[in-house]
Amino acid sequence: MMKKRLASATQISQSANIVLNAIMIILAAACLYPLLLVFAVSITDESVIQTAGYNLIPGKVTLNAYAFIFKDATMILRAYGVSIFITVVGSILSLIIISMYAYPLSRRDFRYKSFFTFIVFFTMLFNGGLVPFYMVYTNVLHLKNTLFAMILMWLFTPFYVLIMRTFYTTTIPSSVMESARIDGAGEFKIYVRIVLPLAKPALATIALFNILFYWNDWYAPLLFITDEKLYNLQYLMYRIENNISFITQNAGSMSNTSDALKNIPAQTARMAMAIIAIGPIMLAYPFFQRYFVKGLTVGAVKG
Amino acid sequence: MKPNQSLAIRNKKKSTNKCKSFFRYLRDKKVLFFMLIPGLAVMLVNSYMPMFGIVLAFKNLDNYGNIFGGKWIWFDNFKYLFGSSQAYYITRNTLLYNIVFILIGSTIAVILAIALSEILNRKLAKFYQSVFFLPYFLSWVVVSYLVFSILSSDMGALNNLLKSLGLEPINWYVSPKFWPGILISVNTWKWTGYDCVIYLAAIVGIDKSYYEAAAVDGASRFQQIRKVTIPMLVPLVIILTLMKIGRIFYTDMGLFYTVPRNMGILYKATSTIDTYVYRALSQTGDLGMAAAAGFYQAVLGFILVMTFNTIVRRIDKESALF
Repeated sequence: MMKKRLASATQISQSANIVLNAIMIILAAACLYPLLLVFAVSITDESVIQTAGYNLIPGKVTLNAYAFIFKDATMILRAYGVSIFITVVGSILSLIIISMYAYPLSRRDFRYKSFFTFIVFFTMLFNGGLVPFYMVYTNVLHLKNTLFAMILMWLFTPFYVLIMRTFYTTTIPSSVMESARIDGAGEFKIYVRIVLPLAKPALATIALFNILFYWNDWYAPLLFITDEKLYNLQYLMYRIENNISFITQNAGSMSNTSDALKNIPAQTARMAMAIIAIGPIMLAYPFFQRYFVKGLTVGAVKG
Repeated sequence: MKPNQSLAIRNKKKSTNKCKSFFRYLRDKKVLFFMLIPGLAVMLVNSYMPMFGIVLAFKNLDNYGNIFGGKWIWFDNFKYLFGSSQAYYITRNTLLYNIVFILIGSTIAVILAIALSEILNRKLAKFYQSVFFLPYFLSWVVVSYLVFSILSSDMGALNNLLKSLGLEPINWYVSPKFWPGILISVNTWKWTGYDCVIYLAAIVGIDKSYYEAAAVDGASRFQQIRKVTIPMLVPLVIILTLMKIGRIFYTDMGLFYTVPRNMGILYKATSTIDTYVYRALSQTGDLGMAAAAGFYQAVLGFILVMTFNTIVRRIDKESALF
């Protein structure tokens, strides 16, 4: 009885609960509204858009925009390929480099750990600015118009190194490593066979952060990519958004008829592009979200 | 003779000791050192080489040469930068937007986190949280599409609404006065869910017995929130805020560059140090001024981070950066 009364005293009242829920529904709708709007536009007939503008309720449902995009999908498929390549290679490389660098920093018996930690810290404190960075990439390393430029730029995030290091120090008991050493395991074997399997949750978190970052990156191509063939999906979308005539020009040169130009669903096709780019993230979202929340609560509160 | 000699040898040994022991240590732990190499290489390229490039701010970069070339012109780049009206706008915008983002962002995120933690139906609360978190997963390019679908002057949903209400449609993309509000809304929309998750984690971690004790003392749930939840959240709010203040001279290119679609007429309201540097680098070709602005930003940022790290250390040593 006492326990029950306490429980109700440490909860809000039913009426307050209803009010809160109502507010949350409005806020949730505000979060979803733009997405739904873009989706609705992408399945609306172009003629309806021309007269009535963008509306949440499509007057006339059609998949013309998607058909148009996939009629000649080389550009989009190539951009998809670039995005997937960069995301896969970049995330894996980044994970390997970060987890390897963080490991010695976590070892209590590593004499120079504070020095090598400081090297990472300092990059968080000070940077040379965009111009010198750009010059190093273009004039010293000649990475302009290479896929590697897009990978290299986000390869080593200092904050992830710190999360990784903290995870190693707090979760991996040195006694386990000690006993492995007595059994004759070398340093690298200990790292691969014992430390990495124990660090799976942190590795998964950082892998997800990396995947999201590489998939959503448009800034690296903005800086370093001018060759259309190397556009990733986000940057292709950026170009289209920036230059409405981009699609029409390309379509025009493909079909060579002025008639085709009139039938191009420019407005709806752009929004269909957005939906196509959001697609993979939305599919992976439930899975992503779960791990992100875990990772954020571990990483952000205790960096 | 003999003891003297040995003393000399010993002295010599002592001086080389440090060096020798480092190399012996290097050999002993070569695997650990080896593991550091890829990370060091990436940092060298991404961070340390550009750091030495700050000298570019003091050079004439007209010929777009290499880092070692160019003539020293010392402070001329800075004279041009601060002589222009732009220096004022970009600094003001960068600072003001960040201050507003910090104030509004943390207030809303904390309120939302508390509200979510109070909702009786946990499944519904989880669902709301997932929806709020969604914008964080979208790229800025996608967000710029979403914003355009609402604000486009001839077809946008907002102007449709205005027209149906019998009001004049507004040319959002050519009216700077609306952009502070738009940018603040978009930023809040994108980030609140993310911050909310962090605060929610902290709320979940609060010991339930505090609430029970408060309830026994006759505190209402609202009083419990005021006297238990909020005080328990304050340290985290302070730490996260201080970390954001340390980055106050930096802005998100995505928000300030892609969302306003790089419209020149909006620059007064949307230009920040980052977008200015990028535009000077890529469009106007004012390399010298871009380098000077980047240097100005980096130095101010460094001073701020150092200052606030000292403050964080005073409040909570654990949360300090170093």
